[in-house]
Amino acid sequence: MSEALAFVREASEPEEPPPTFSSGAAAWAKANLFSSVGSSLTTLAFVGLVLSALPPMIAWATTNAVWSAPDGALCRQHQDGACWAFIFAKLDYLRFGSYPISERWRVNTVEAIGGCLIVWLLSPGAPRRDWAALMFFSAYPIMAFVLLHGSAALGLPIVDTLLWGGILVSFVTAVVGIVFSLPLGVLLALGRRSKMPVVRLASVMFIEFVRGVPFITILFMANTMLPLFVPESWTPDRLLRPLVGIALFSAAYMAEEVRGGLQLLGRGQYEGAMALGLNYPLMMGLVVLPQALTMVIPGIVNNFVGLFMDTTLVSIVGATDFLEAMNNAFKDPAWSGPTIMATGYVFAGMFYFVVDYGMTRYSAFVERKLAKGRRR
Amino acid sequence: MTRPKEAADETRGDAAIAFAALHKWYGDFHALRNINLTVRRGERIVICGPSGSGKSTLIRCVNRLEEHQRGSIVVDGVELTNDVKRIDMVRREVGMVFQSFNLFPHLTILENCTLAPIWVRKMPKRDAEDLAMTLLTRVKIPEQASKFPGQLSGGQQQRVAIARALCMNPKIMLFDEPTSALDPEMVKEVLDTMTSLARDGMTMIVVTHEMGFARQVADRVVFMDNGEIVEINAPGPFFDNPQHERTKLFLSQILH
Amino acid sequence: MGPGLMSGTEGPVNRARYNDPRVRGVIYQALLIAVIGALIGRGGYNAYVNMQARGIPMGFGFWNQIAGFEINLHLIPYSGVSTYGRAFWVGLLNTLLIAAICIPLATLLGFAVGVARLSPNWLSSRCALIYTNALRNTPLLLQLLFWYNAVLKSLPGPRQSLSLGDVVFLNNRGLFLPAAIPRPAATAFLAAVALACAAAVAFRVWARRRQNRTGAQAPVALVSAALLVGLPALATVAAGAPFSFESAKLSGFNLKGGVQVIPEMAALAFGLVTFTAAFIAEIVRAGVQAVPHGQVEAAAALGLHRGLATKLVIVPQAMRLIVPPLTSQYLNLIKNSSLAVFIGYPDLVQIFAGTVLNQTQAAVQVMAITMAVYLAISLGVAGALNTYNARHALKGAANV
Repeated sequence: MSEALAFVREASEPEEPPPTFSSGAAAWAKANLFSSVGSSLTTLAFVGLVLSALPPMIAWATTNAVWSAPDGALCRQHQDGACWAFIFAKLDYLRFGSYPISERWRVNTVEAIGGCLIVWLLSPGAPRRDWAALMFFSAYPIMAFVLLHGSAALGLPIVDTLLWGGILVSFVTAVVGIVFSLPLGVLLALGRRSKMPVVRLASVMFIEFVRGVPFITILFMANTMLPLFVPESWTPDRLLRPLVGIALFSAAYMAEEVRGGLQLLGRGQYEGAMALGLNYPLMMGLVVLPQALTMVIPGIVNNFVGLFMDTTLVSIVGATDFLEAMNNAFKDPAWSGPTIMATGYVFAGMFYFVVDYGMTRYSAFVERKLAKGRRR
Repeated sequence: MTRPKEAADETRGDAAIAFAALHKWYGDFHALRNINLTVRRGERIVICGPSGSGKSTLIRCVNRLEEHQRGSIVVDGVELTNDVKRIDMVRREVGMVFQSFNLFPHLTILENCTLAPIWVRKMPKRDAEDLAMTLLTRVKIPEQASKFPGQLSGGQQQRVAIARALCMNPKIMLFDEPTSALDPEMVKEVLDTMTSLARDGMTMIVVTHEMGFARQVADRVVFMDNGEIVEINAPGPFFDNPQHERTKLFLSQILH
Repeated sequence: MGPGLMSGTEGPVNRARYNDPRVRGVIYQALLIAVIGALIGRGGYNAYVNMQARGIPMGFGFWNQIAGFEINLHLIPYSGVSTYGRAFWVGLLNTLLIAAICIPLATLLGFAVGVARLSPNWLSSRCALIYTNALRNTPLLLQLLFWYNAVLKSLPGPRQSLSLGDVVFLNNRGLFLPAAIPRPAATAFLAAVALACAAAVAFRVWARRRQNRTGAQAPVALVSAALLVGLPALATVAAGAPFSFESAKLSGFNLKGGVQVIPEMAALAFGLVTFTAAFIAEIVRAGVQAVPHGQVEAAAALGLHRGLATKLVIVPQAMRLIVPPLTSQYLNLIKNSSLAVFIGYPDLVQIFAGTVLNQTQAAVQVMAITMAVYLAISLGVAGALNTYNARHALKGAANV
């Protein structure tokens, strides 16, 4: 085909559809599943694995499962299926522990209000989220404590923390962790970046100490040493001690997240604020912190996921969280059987997974939104 | 610098690259439409056009960084297919310079240049280093040989990238917007390097917006728009007397 | 809060002492020291009074008292009449043991899953994703309890053990592996292994020198593998088997002989390895994907085929991004091993901060020692990581 040195197009080329096998399902399969001999073999192996493992698992959870029964007898007969009846039977205990039945409305109220505040706080574009934040970090904890613990003055019967258990305790522990870790963490992060050597040293020592030891040792420390370090008359409540431990522990990790955000922000913001004549508290509160915190929301949420999973450890110092409540429920002789434990652990796993995975997806969603905003 | 049209058929012997009825799709998007172009040995082609016109896609098809679905590309007598051996053969003879340099940050400048000669052409280390130093001298930065890419300016990095590609002694050099990521004061040093390369007879395809370079160095200018070749001409006639409506529109937008 | 970022900035006209940021800084710090000092002093005094009142020993005298409890896994001799101090060492060694076993295994599994995540095969990638998501989003404690209660404890008794070829046995008393008993040929075997290692290294060096000199490449990986397998095999053929394996045998109601891995240890190991591997897989994936795609293209454009490009360009850059979070995960594994206390594996926390603390009531001393141990490990690893980073950081500003 001879080609002239110069060329001027006369008619436009028509747009054509791609040839088969270069787009669509067949092409996708060729590229992703069968692109080479090794890949094809792997695909076959995995398909075999899934086909052999998945149907029994699904059957275990659904068709073979026992959905309702008064006790464990039916479950002992059907050993190839889950015993969801056990979960239904124990649901109240798993949610409230031994909280008195007549007062459980208080727990529901606290959890509902907390849930609403959190959803409000986390919805992008929701109006006046700063009010939600203010309430969540100040008024809500106080109200929650009064409602849950009770107060003679308000006519609410006192409920000893020994009776609290299950999801209630996990919820309280997580909320306490969040409410304290964010302000404390911010203070520690600012302290770590301070130019005053004493402040910086104290912050660094605290953060590195807490991050260098296992969480259990912090819980042990709070449990055994707190009563020693306060006057005899103040005997700290059994639930309060692990709460103190969680607050300090998560504050140290939060401090590192916040510090990351402060570093990301760049000198320009600090200099702009100072040029406007803002003093330190105003500069931090109005300009620096709002931006720094927003930038590390994904990191903060990841921190919360870890915190929520760490709430399972408080059972070692006697607090009955959701997992411990499940373990206690296993001991009921009316419900003994080989499938009970597996059912219980699967259910607990799904509970934690749904909460954690939900939080992770939220943080990924926020990260995408932030990335769009930052791309100038 | 025009060259009279050869009388002999250009698909054999004298052709460096021959695109014949080339089509490429990204999914359902028809990115390259019926491309027919022959690049002769020693010819300098500049491809220009608006963004999204397919210019980068076209040259990336030459060294199989992109796959075409219909038509053929013959590079230095070897037709490009899915055959890995052929692709390796072609890549050894075709050098590429990228918009974002893509130097290897964990290796020194010298090591960047000697990597491929040692591992692909199986050169002894001493010979590879001598070759690298010769080429680094040619791009005028021999003193940077033991530094790392992160310690060099953008213009220096791009010149190293050119030297690195030249170390493989390619027959054809592809440039994908080589100066678009550079600060203005460094564009000239890179263009000068490319000009001296052209003067030494290298077959080059350059995708660029630098029209001064095109005028000075190109044998032909190719204008692409919407996945197809719209106009080809020698630089003089191309810039002074564009024929097609779309060419006129494009030139009026970028030359002001 | 004083000078904040720009200490020493002169304020405008107002020169009152208390407005000078430097003076303010000193005042604030003095206040902080006073407050902390007061808290520590008051707390210490309270502790002293309380410990006196409850008869809690102060000082470390308990270290040499007899412990009086048994431990079912001890790497050094220990019995009911050993001291608390000895119990500490037993616990510490058990913690280090579980770390030494789990860190390599978790790394192997984690890298395998990470590579699967990056595979172009969609099924591979998805299954790896399901694995990492499932294990990273459920509490480690739940996973440990699952392994211990739902898996290991529900295994049949010794008489109905699950067995692999009558050599490896699994039952509710643990995992029974065959014990390797050295025979006279063992020395020859070990010598062959040592020789093979030395030969492989020597071959690598020779091959590298030859490549520098002439450019020719030698199949180093293949030859090294052949040496490491071949020489010991030769030794076995020539001198006889180096080890005789004694598997556990049923005797009465239990299995005797062989190496017994107690269910607590097996459960802790399975749980820690699978959990940590999920995190390592994500780190590997993120590290490899963070290498800019332009690097891959540049390597391809130079004619480097896939294997060489991976070895010379991608892996060095990915490892720089992988190593810091990887060491962080190793530290997490060591700290997470403290969950042993929930399933009864006798590690440092379970023995020392658990049983010893309960028996002696010397909470302050015991916790101080325990935390000091973990702090030492953390700071040691962090220090090593800093040295590695300083040496291997990419020089110069970020590549544009």
